[in-house]
Amino acid sequence: MMKDRKKFKFHHRNSTLKYLASHWQLYVLLLIPVAFVIIFKYAAYPGLRMAFMDYKPAKGYAGSKWLGMGMFEKVFKDKDFFRALKNSLIFNFLDLALGFPVPVILAIMLDQLRFQRFKRINQTILYLPHFLSWVIIASVALSLFKPQSGIVNIILRDIGAIETGIPFLTEKWHWMWTYLLIGVWQNMGWGTIIYLAAITGIDTSLYEAATIDGAGRLQRIWHVTLPGIRPTMVTLLILNLGRVMGSNFERLSAFSNVNVKEFQYQLAIYVYEKGLAGSNFSKATAVGLFQSLTGLILVVAADRVAKRLGDDGLM
Amino acid sequence: MTQKALSGKKSVFSGVNRVRVSDLVIAFIVLLLSLTCVLPFIYILAKSLSSNTAVLSQKVFLWPVGFNVNAYSSIFRDGKMTHSLLYTAEVTLLFTVIGMLITICAAYPLSIKGLKFKGFFSFILMFTMYFSAGLIPEYLLMKDLKLLNTMWSLVLPLSFSAYNMLIMRSFFASTIPDTLYEAARLDGASDFRILFSIVLPLSKPILATLSLFYAVGRWNAYADAKYYITKQSLQPLQLLLNNMVLDAAGNDAISIAEGAATQSTPEVLQSAAIMFATIPIICIYPFAQKYFVQGTMIGAVKG
Repeated sequence: MMKDRKKFKFHHRNSTLKYLASHWQLYVLLLIPVAFVIIFKYAAYPGLRMAFMDYKPAKGYAGSKWLGMGMFEKVFKDKDFFRALKNSLIFNFLDLALGFPVPVILAIMLDQLRFQRFKRINQTILYLPHFLSWVIIASVALSLFKPQSGIVNIILRDIGAIETGIPFLTEKWHWMWTYLLIGVWQNMGWGTIIYLAAITGIDTSLYEAATIDGAGRLQRIWHVTLPGIRPTMVTLLILNLGRVMGSNFERLSAFSNVNVKEFQYQLAIYVYEKGLAGSNFSKATAVGLFQSLTGLILVVAADRVAKRLGDDGLM
Repeated sequence: MTQKALSGKKSVFSGVNRVRVSDLVIAFIVLLLSLTCVLPFIYILAKSLSSNTAVLSQKVFLWPVGFNVNAYSSIFRDGKMTHSLLYTAEVTLLFTVIGMLITICAAYPLSIKGLKFKGFFSFILMFTMYFSAGLIPEYLLMKDLKLLNTMWSLVLPLSFSAYNMLIMRSFFASTIPDTLYEAARLDGASDFRILFSIVLPLSKPILATLSLFYAVGRWNAYADAKYYITKQSLQPLQLLLNNMVLDAAGNDAISIAEGAATQSTPEVLQSAAIMFATIPIICIYPFAQKYFVQGTMIGAVKG
């Protein structure tokens, strides 16, 4: 018995060695990306020690005082941190609430379009904002929405809808809705791709049956199209919920100005301003670590849930 | 593929071949949404080609008033943006080539059935996608590697994307059948040989798609430049535009105006700068769009 197992084990290792010997080229190839992530990603992990000490660049790791969880206690008493966290969560939920339904509705409308050429041209145009950087989008928005000289306010004034210009991007509440709606606009076309694919996958005989049963267009959408894309919607919703701790530095910084600081101050901005601009490395690292960890937990949890519901998930 | 399937379905239930009011309503809404994607850029373009007085007196809508190209000639005379454009193109090219090479090196072995230690390697390569060290540790790493204020800080750290690797891997795995791989092995082909003579030639569409993913991603990103680059000559185009239009006073626009002794007002100049940064994307867009859609579909299924 013992002998047999030993023999088996030996045989097993031998076959692995044999595999490695005949496929060494594959491992040589793999070494390149592995070395790459070690140098440019993993090598940054030891820096996370900063979150547990009062790190002073001049003193280095050895000379700086070890705080244990002290820095986190400090962070959780920090008003700025709570403002950033609150803003991030609120904006992310609103982003999701406003941004999630739009691609679904637009995809259904595109699918319903009877004029194929018209449809294709519109699709191409609707995807465009996805290809532009936040700097370009914010620059254009700034030019469009200026209170005095922006074209939107000029038009609204000319048609007599308003007396004085609306401060779309310079007053915090207006800014919030403008910022969120521009986000919805940026993603509305691109987001349809996955739903259009899902709609294509719906069995056409279901539509025929519904038509024969006398279902009108809206009924067909309600009873066939929507149930058909529901799994896709659920998966995307869950995966997006997994990202509520995220914070898009480029988008926030592109839309920043002094008047809207109160709402624009979100986690990515906190880390940037405390860390790089303010040189408070330990605090910024602690918040970054908090964000990474909670983000990881949420994404993994979301993926589990999505998988349990029977879809592919993302891992 | 999508188009065909969709139009096939249409013929089934559109039944009577007449256009109803609801068709027109839907078409109208879609058209309005499309216009919101086009008109802003036409407006900026018109403004960039108009005279100062026309812009100042708010006469410009979708057509230039007092047509002139002064703002553009100032930009070219000043040279800062043109330099940045070429520099960004160089960074983007390097980034894309390096990113693609590394991605192929990862995706090919991981797409092979029965690769030993596959789980281990996948984990190492993908973990960074889910857990990042964060801004400050990464910044200090760049500092330790002496990459701050070099173009390499924009080329290297981001040039491996686990997401793109997943897309490429699932393409390899689904396009190159195991039987083909095994037959080639039996014929004595090495793994390198199979990669170069079978896998890569069969995978041109995904190579094009992912190259575009990398290129457009790099072209548009500027957060890392904001973190790592302070020297103006090393700033990519997006960051320069950010400094010209979005930063508090648009200081760089003013400096362009001074440097090139321009007659254009900052507003016209900024419009021209926006167009200058947008036009390259619009030029490759019609070509890139198709590949992007395909890549996103693969990413959605397997990503």
